[in-house]
Amino acid sequence: MDALMLDGNAVAGLLQEVFTVEMTTAIGTCGGCGATDAVGAVHVYRGAGFVLRCPHCETALMKVVAAEGRVWMDCSGLRTLEVSV
Amino acid sequence: MAGAAVLGRLTWRAADVVGVATETPRVKTIAFDVDGWPGHLPGQHVDVRLTAEDGYQAQRSYSIASAPDGARIELTVERLDDGEVSPYLTDELRPGDEIELRGPVGGYFVWEPSRGGPLLLVAGGSGVVPLMAMVRRRAALGSDVDTRLLFSSRAWDDVIYRDELEGLNGDGLRVHHALTRSQPPGWSGYARRVDAEMLAEVGPAPSERPQIYVCGPTPFVEAVAEALVELGHEPLRIKTERFGPTGG
Repeated sequence: MDALMLDGNAVAGLLQEVFTVEMTTAIGTCGGCGATDAVGAVHVYRGAGFVLRCPHCETALMKVVAAEGRVWMDCSGLRTLEVSV
Repeated sequence: MAGAAVLGRLTWRAADVVGVATETPRVKTIAFDVDGWPGHLPGQHVDVRLTAEDGYQAQRSYSIASAPDGARIELTVERLDDGEVSPYLTDELRPGDEIELRGPVGGYFVWEPSRGGPLLLVAGGSGVVPLMAMVRRRAALGSDVDTRLLFSSRAWDDVIYRDELEGLNGDGLRVHHALTRSQPPGWSGYARRVDAEMLAEVGPAPSERPQIYVCGPTPFVEAVAEALVELGHEPLRIKTERFGPTGG
C-alpha cells in the first residue's frame, strides 16, 4: 500500500471541469480485469499529473495531465465509462 | 440528488472570510460567504486556489464541514507544517479577506438523511470533516437515523469538534472515540488504533447492511476498509475518501 495513494474523489474537480457533469459517480469498466467501479472508488496517484488505477488489478485506467490551460487524457485502460447526464 | 448542487461547469468564485475559529492547536475552521454558491450535499468538497503576486498558483481540495446553509460554508483545515496552502489558510486568513474557490465537487462520498441508514461513519483525524457535515445535516433535519461515529484521534486535545460532538451524542447518534497516543486520566474509551474488534463492537452488524463512510489518511482508510470487509460488510456499501500527506 502506497501512503501517497488517493482515490477518485481527489480528481472530482478536474474531471468536472472537462466533462461539465459530476464524474465521481460515473461507472467505469477496467480494460484489464473487467471490474466495474465508481470513479470515486478508483485509486489515484499524483505526480506531474494523475494516474487512475483499478482498485482490483492496478491497471492504469486513465492518465490525466493539466497544464497551461489544456487537459490531456489517456483513457486506453478504460473499456467503458457510464455517466449520468 | 439535487441537480443544482452537482451539475454544470465549474467556475471559480470569490469567497469572503467571515469567521475563523480554533478547533485544536493545529486545526482551524474558516467560514466563508461565497458569491453565487449553489448549495451542497454533505460529503462534498471544494477546490481552493491561491495566487501569489508573481502569478504562481497552488490548488488544494478541502471537504466542506458545514451542513447546507445558504451562501455560507465552513472549511476545517489542518495545518501541515511543510504544506504550501494549509499554513496560509490557518495562520494568515482574517475576516474580510477573500480567496478563490470552486465547487461543490464530488457526488460519490455524500450522504443525506433521505438515504436512510443505519449509518457507520469512521474518521481518522481531520477525516472527520466531511462526516461532520453529514452529522450536522442529520441534526439540522431532526433525523433519527441510527448513526454510529467512530473517531480516531491521537489525544483528547486533538479531537476536532469535541464539544459539539458531545452535545450531539444521543437521538440515535452514538459517538465513540479512540485515542491512539495518549489518554486523559480515567479514560474509558478506546486506547488503540481502529481494528476489526472495535468496528464489530461499535458498528451495526453486516446483516443490518449499514451504509459505511470512511475518511482519513490513506493507511488509516486502507486498514479500516480491510477490517470491515473481513467482518463481512459488502465492499460496495463501504465508501472511502483518502487524503495523502501531500494534501497541505
